[in-house]
Amino acid sequence: MSRAVGAGWETVIGLEVHVQLATRSKLFSDAAVEFGQPPNVCASAIDMALPGTLPSVNENAIRMAVRFGLAIDAQINRRSVFERKNYFYPDLPKGYQTTQLAAPVVGAGRLRIALAGGGEREVRIHHAHLEEDAGKSLHEEFPGASGIDLNRAGTPLLEIVCEPDLRSGPEAVALLRQIHALATYLEISDGDMSQGSMRCDVNVSVRPAGDSALGTRTEMKNLNSFRFVERAIEGEAARQIALIEEGGKVVQETRLYDSEANLSRPMRGKEMAHDYRYFPCPDLLPVIIDEAFIAAERDALPELPAACRERLMREHGLSVDAANLLTAERATVDYFEQVAAVCSAGKMAANWVNGELAAQLNKTGGRLADCPVSAAELGRLIARILDGSLSGKLAKTVFADMWAGRGGVDAIIAARGLQQVRDSGAIEALVDKVLAENAAQVENYRTARPEKRGKMLGFFVGQAMKLSGGKAAPGEVNRLLREKL
Amino acid sequence: MALQPDEIARLARLAHIQVTAEECGTLTERLDAVLDMVRQLQACDTAGVEPLAHPLDAVQELRPDAVADAESPETLMRNAPAAAAGLFLVPRVLD
Amino acid sequence: MHELSVAQMAQGLAAGAFSSLELTQHFLRRIEAHNGHLNAYISVCAEQALASARRADAAIAAGQQGPLTGVPLAHKDIFCTAGVRTTCGSRMLAEFVPPYDATVVARLQAAGAVVLGKTNMDEFAMGSSNETSYFSAVRNPWDTDCVPGGSSGGSAAAVAARLAPIATATDTGGSIRQPAALCGVTGLKPTYGRVSRWGMIAFASSMDQGGPIGQSAEDCALLLQAMAGHDPKDSTSIVEPVPDYCGQFGGPLDGLKIGVVEEYFADLGDAVAARVRGALAELEKLGTRLVSVRLPRSHLAVPAYYVLAPAEASANLARFDGVRYGYRCAEPVDLLDLYCRTRAEGFGAEVKRRILVGTYVLSAGFYDAYFRKAQQVRRLIKEDFAAAFAQVDILAGPSCPAGAFRFGSKTADPVAMYLQDIYTIAANLAGLPALSLPCGAVAGKPIGLQLIGNYFAEARILGAAHRLQQATDWHRAVPAAEGWR
Repeated sequence: MSRAVGAGWETVIGLEVHVQLATRSKLFSDAAVEFGQPPNVCASAIDMALPGTLPSVNENAIRMAVRFGLAIDAQINRRSVFERKNYFYPDLPKGYQTTQLAAPVVGAGRLRIALAGGGEREVRIHHAHLEEDAGKSLHEEFPGASGIDLNRAGTPLLEIVCEPDLRSGPEAVALLRQIHALATYLEISDGDMSQGSMRCDVNVSVRPAGDSALGTRTEMKNLNSFRFVERAIEGEAARQIALIEEGGKVVQETRLYDSEANLSRPMRGKEMAHDYRYFPCPDLLPVIIDEAFIAAERDALPELPAACRERLMREHGLSVDAANLLTAERATVDYFEQVAAVCSAGKMAANWVNGELAAQLNKTGGRLADCPVSAAELGRLIARILDGSLSGKLAKTVFADMWAGRGGVDAIIAARGLQQVRDSGAIEALVDKVLAENAAQVENYRTARPEKRGKMLGFFVGQAMKLSGGKAAPGEVNRLLREKL
Repeated sequence: MALQPDEIARLARLAHIQVTAEECGTLTERLDAVLDMVRQLQACDTAGVEPLAHPLDAVQELRPDAVADAESPETLMRNAPAAAAGLFLVPRVLD
Repeated sequence: MHELSVAQMAQGLAAGAFSSLELTQHFLRRIEAHNGHLNAYISVCAEQALASARRADAAIAAGQQGPLTGVPLAHKDIFCTAGVRTTCGSRMLAEFVPPYDATVVARLQAAGAVVLGKTNMDEFAMGSSNETSYFSAVRNPWDTDCVPGGSSGGSAAAVAARLAPIATATDTGGSIRQPAALCGVTGLKPTYGRVSRWGMIAFASSMDQGGPIGQSAEDCALLLQAMAGHDPKDSTSIVEPVPDYCGQFGGPLDGLKIGVVEEYFADLGDAVAARVRGALAELEKLGTRLVSVRLPRSHLAVPAYYVLAPAEASANLARFDGVRYGYRCAEPVDLLDLYCRTRAEGFGAEVKRRILVGTYVLSAGFYDAYFRKAQQVRRLIKEDFAAAFAQVDILAGPSCPAGAFRFGSKTADPVAMYLQDIYTIAANLAGLPALSLPCGAVAGKPIGLQLIGNYFAEARILGAAHRLQQATDWHRAVPAAEGWR
């Protein structure tokens, strides 16, 4: 059990994670779910709640929820009910949100997270339900007014409600990463956090370590990055502990997390006690999920992250860390497996995907889907290293060119004149020159004990490579050096 | 069991309907009459009775996940009391 | 021409005795002459009607005539009509022009019917006297100092005064049958889900049902035939095939068991009871068997309804917020002011009262005692009907406690007004089909006989009503009042 900021305190965290489902049409209308469209073009008469319009239920949203439920080993409710949650807000066109409460599609389930100190913990999922997203209010353009764009209204969300089983920010992030990985593996979400495809409400309370009763909790809504979640939790726990230690009391409230200031403050105007007056939506009937539907989804379940991790370690001899990095998103695994298939070298493929490729993606903030270097090209690059055409160092230069769109591996090698010097005569001349210029080191090497020679050989290799401008084939350099020394 | 003025105010706030002081008296009286009438239900023994939300025991049909051509926003927004740049306009929303 | 039945109109059109254009012009002239006093129409669509009539004449000339081709009709102003303002009797929608047709409107258009206009109604269908209409009350053609009933008072009065041969209407608690009874016409509320609710502005979604009003059961059957059918846009619409309603009119009534509901006569005045029993005696002469049945929970129908219907309405009417369409208050100081004043000014007193009642019964701490309780009672009422239909084929009783009453006589006492629907509401709670047909008059005011059928048994109750109308002429009585003629 890790302790939060103040010694003697335990932080208790619950998450409500909203995953935007990757359906083509909306949850209750046949309007398109699309980002970046001009305002209100993806809002149908239903999404605008024009009088007399009625909802119909998107089968694919139900299917995706069931798929998630099966993946977390949850009970799938054979009968689920949509309810109305009533409140007024300009981005909520009907004056209620259609959601689920008493009978969600997905009942209790569980997920496992890896703990920092090693080992795993099971986190209980209370339930997961379907609901519709709201539209957006835009405040910039009009003085004294807000503009309402309903493109997002009616987009299907799966809200995953966790039991308060988490004890620290990093644990919360680990769970979020699990959910994110699952959602991409199951192909129920594009997982694009920057577009709000995954958002999170966090409940935080603190209690003296060893207590079983929960403290008063506060809620922070709509956090949309792993980093913010971790910071917001740690900050809020510290605030609560300091407050209690000073003799104060935590007030149950919703707080707004300001990521720029890394501070939270109580939300304005939301303090009025909510009374959502939930009741079953009379425009919709109970959704009945039969055994055949569930069986078909179960049969169609893809390989899940944990199984994939095991397989990569087994098939390619990868380390846990390397396999963990690769399996965070299904797209990364797919990319890796293509690279590995082309170059037939799993470990090296993993190093490149987790190393150079990840670094470039990080730097540009891009997603793997938009990556300018195809998996096949990266595979060919690695193959060129393996066949001795390129040194590892030169390969990085070539990769940078590939990233910049300057062509394929071989074209770049040719254009830059990077073909390795493999001609033994030319390399021998280089080696001879190095040995002649470093007579003292040669003498040292020859008198050294054999176990020390390995390291010392490296010096001569380095010199020879430097002399060749990195083009000499390292294998051949090594061989000739050993021979001559 | 008469409704208290603060209860009327609570309902009006939840329903987002302004109720003036003049209206309050008659409104309370009439709401009381309706609520007294519906309280007859309390005398009915409903122990173990499953609530009925829909008269028929029908189940939800599911719609295939296909996108249909939507009406243009110009058409759908032509009744808007205030709109600009393709957006509905309201007094500034505070969070 | 206005004395003809729908079938006679179709024959006349087919035979070339008159054209649809002439028929339409005839009704438009009648509307022009009498609507000023009766106020049955909120909007008259003369130009569109004449254009549709010409199209219908062309279709008939081309040999493409259906039972309703070229027949004029009126729509209750609760059905959305593309390009024609649809007010729902409210200031809130006084200027609202829908961009789409209700399914009922589209079906009737496809059937070649000619829309004369939109009929007046209680605001959002909440009322039993038409006095809650923002566009002033309709007058009862039988006595223009009296109400026509509600909420479909405009449709019933238009048919009674022959300002339309047939009209669409809706019934949530008696809104077709009660005005049909008070205006001396025939009206049918079908089984819940028989007629699509798409584009029909919602009052209480789990009870609202569209249906026909006409001069006879036969006319109602012809109109229902075109209105009924499954609609994927309404999730609560039923898939059951639509039978040929008129096709079953020939069958004998021999052996048909009619259950006379004891509870419906307990508090009924002698004069009204005599009219109803008189009609039942005629049915007996036609070969039916009358037996006494009980619906022991009848007295709970009105209280259950006045919990459930307002609860659903409180959410259904939340979309009227002055943001996307409809009335908006002048110069709102802020968002909350916009909401609260728009809804205070845009809704009439009865609508606001029902929204507040609905808000109350759903609010925290009251849900179980009111809403859930009412849903339980609803099941018991449905079970009472099931027990009765195990013994008989049709249930019968009065449609209303009395004939038409004078304007203003019940406006100060909402509960007295609600008791207008004491015999009609249970069919809505249970979702059963029920019709009202004229069975004579008391003091010059028509009285209605109500026939309630089992689920999907529209043909059976229409058939019984038709046979009764063939044997009697109560439905042929015309209003004696001359004030408007």
